[in-house]
Amino acid sequence: MKFAILVNEGPYTHQASDTAFNFAKAVLAQGHEIFRVFFYHDGVNNATRLTTPPQDDRNIVDRWSKLAKTSELDMVVCVAAAQRRGIVDDGEMKRNGKDATNLAPGFRISGLGQLVEAGIQADRLVVFGD
Amino acid sequence: MTTKQFMFINRKAPYGTIYAWESLEVVLIAAAFEQDVSMAFLDDGVYQLKKGHQTKGIEVKAFEKTFGALEDYDVTKIYVDQESLTERGLTTDDLALPVEVFTRAELGKLMEKQDVLLSF
Repeated sequence: MKFAILVNEGPYTHQASDTAFNFAKAVLAQGHEIFRVFFYHDGVNNATRLTTPPQDDRNIVDRWSKLAKTSELDMVVCVAAAQRRGIVDDGEMKRNGKDATNLAPGFRISGLGQLVEAGIQADRLVVFGD
Repeated sequence: MTTKQFMFINRKAPYGTIYAWESLEVVLIAAAFEQDVSMAFLDDGVYQLKKGHQTKGIEVKAFEKTFGALEDYDVTKIYVDQESLTERGLTTDDLALPVEVFTRAELGKLMEKQDVLLSF
């Protein structure tokens, strides 16, 4: 089956990102496909490479980046939600005159059309949030 | 392009969190993609439809007017949960848009028919 995943909450405050991550791993382990993981609302905060949790805790951002690399996941961060919350890639830095970027590896910034497309293309869109 | 039935479930008050506003942004994009879009309002989400938002005091943009634009995007299926209205002492006269009112059980059946449910 072809899944799409929507993550609507940021890391650590809320369990949504952890559960979505575990769900994604389980989906792949069972031989299913993940069309896309989309990050919206505070979920875009899962994509900052500047996250530095204590060493004895999980690193939620790195974990997503690694899964994207090993499983060739398409992980998309909503551009409007990212702009509000200061998640920046090279293109956004130049476009908005900012002096830094913080997008973690494996993520890309794009529009909400990518979420709607995921809903159209996937057999199941599974939402993780409050 | 494939057309699917997208239902947007709005459960939260209009202000206080950003869910309602960012949900509305997805609704407009889904409509622009010519999907079969409906919106359901339940729990505190029914307050989103209430007339007369006044947000000056909290310095947040009021989005009541954006609801008015939904019709221009052919989003006319606006469903409201009867129990949620009653629990909050509201009637359809209090709402800014024409809506269809369903019981909670009926809304559940409508949800079953959808291809994609997005809950905000």
